[in-house]
Amino acid sequence: MVTPNAELAYNSKIEGEVVVSRLDSVVNWVRTNSMWPMPMGLACCAIELMGTASARFDIARFGAEVMRFSPRQSDCMIVAGTVTYKMASAVRRIYDQMAEPKWVIAMGACASSGGMYRSYATLQGVDRIIPVDVYVSGCPPRPEALLDALMKLQGKVRRERSATQLFSA
Amino acid sequence: MPATVAVTTLLQEKFPQVTPRASLDLEAVNVPPADVIAVLKALRDDHGFDMLVDLTAIDWAEGVSPRFTVVYHVFSTTHHGYIRVAANCANDELPAMPTAVGLWAGANWHEREAYDMFGIKFDGHPDLRRILMWDEYPHFPLRKEFPLAGIETPLPDPDVVAETGAKAIAAPMMGGPFVAATGEINLTEAEPRAKDESWSEVREKPKA
Repeated sequence: MVTPNAELAYNSKIEGEVVVSRLDSVVNWVRTNSMWPMPMGLACCAIELMGTASARFDIARFGAEVMRFSPRQSDCMIVAGTVTYKMASAVRRIYDQMAEPKWVIAMGACASSGGMYRSYATLQGVDRIIPVDVYVSGCPPRPEALLDALMKLQGKVRRERSATQLFSA
Repeated sequence: MPATVAVTTLLQEKFPQVTPRASLDLEAVNVPPADVIAVLKALRDDHGFDMLVDLTAIDWAEGVSPRFTVVYHVFSTTHHGYIRVAANCANDELPAMPTAVGLWAGANWHEREAYDMFGIKFDGHPDLRRILMWDEYPHFPLRKEFPLAGIETPLPDPDVVAETGAKAIAAPMMGGPFVAATGEINLTEAEPRAKDESWSEVREKPKA
């Protein structure tokens, strides 16, 4: 016995439930609102990163509250702190282990440029080893500044030709 | 209770080669490098100095002999006093010192740091590797001849270097060295800063 398909006929309700959009917008909408961070906490900026994640500033409002300590599950590396030369290759390896698409926020003066550490031991800016999307000034930056960086990054992702990249790859 | 007052004298009874060392704060002694472990052991077992607080080194600059001094700060948890023990390394080119790991396990990482920063070899150390810089690093950064900005050096991981082309560079000092003016009350003015910020690594300092 086969159940007769009652939906075979034209369903007038469907038209009201369909939204037409561009694939780019849909993909970017999904990406921007669940950007899981990889908290690369290397120094005091990581404390401010924790503050950003906590109740008062609440990074969850931007869909980025799921700090993943596994690079496989994260989309956005937040380099929070001083990157020493000894740590540099570990940072690069973790970045390499993240699945595409991936973005990087350099949080604070040290991650952006080496900051006050003009010394033999400190990498002079994490952009020497990984591509950075957003730089945040401050030592450490206020949580609002990090949230602003996240919004800036979301704005950047919204403008990406992600569908084109998906199908041309 | 300033129980350390007589320690130098007591030490000298057993070790006549121990001499008092000029010091503004703690009681301090100079010890020949061959006797430093015996002296530290006597301090620990006979005089109650049971805690090694710090072990570090001094580089007196190139051309000075003796060039390297290893300094031990030892504390007594029973009579709450410190004593400083200093020993000059015999060799200025390849400085060495017997290890204190046998007396205090905590000396292990202190000696690794002194080796990492000054290149002092601690004879008998169970695991004398660099502790702060990476293993292949060719310099000893706290030696006097080493520039603060560092020396251009390749990074240790060939795969990361192949991908990024990164290397340890001499850090741009932007008109440094960074200094804080002494006696400044205005914190904005007293903040450590480069003396002359009108030039950078991009724009060269104009010739005077």
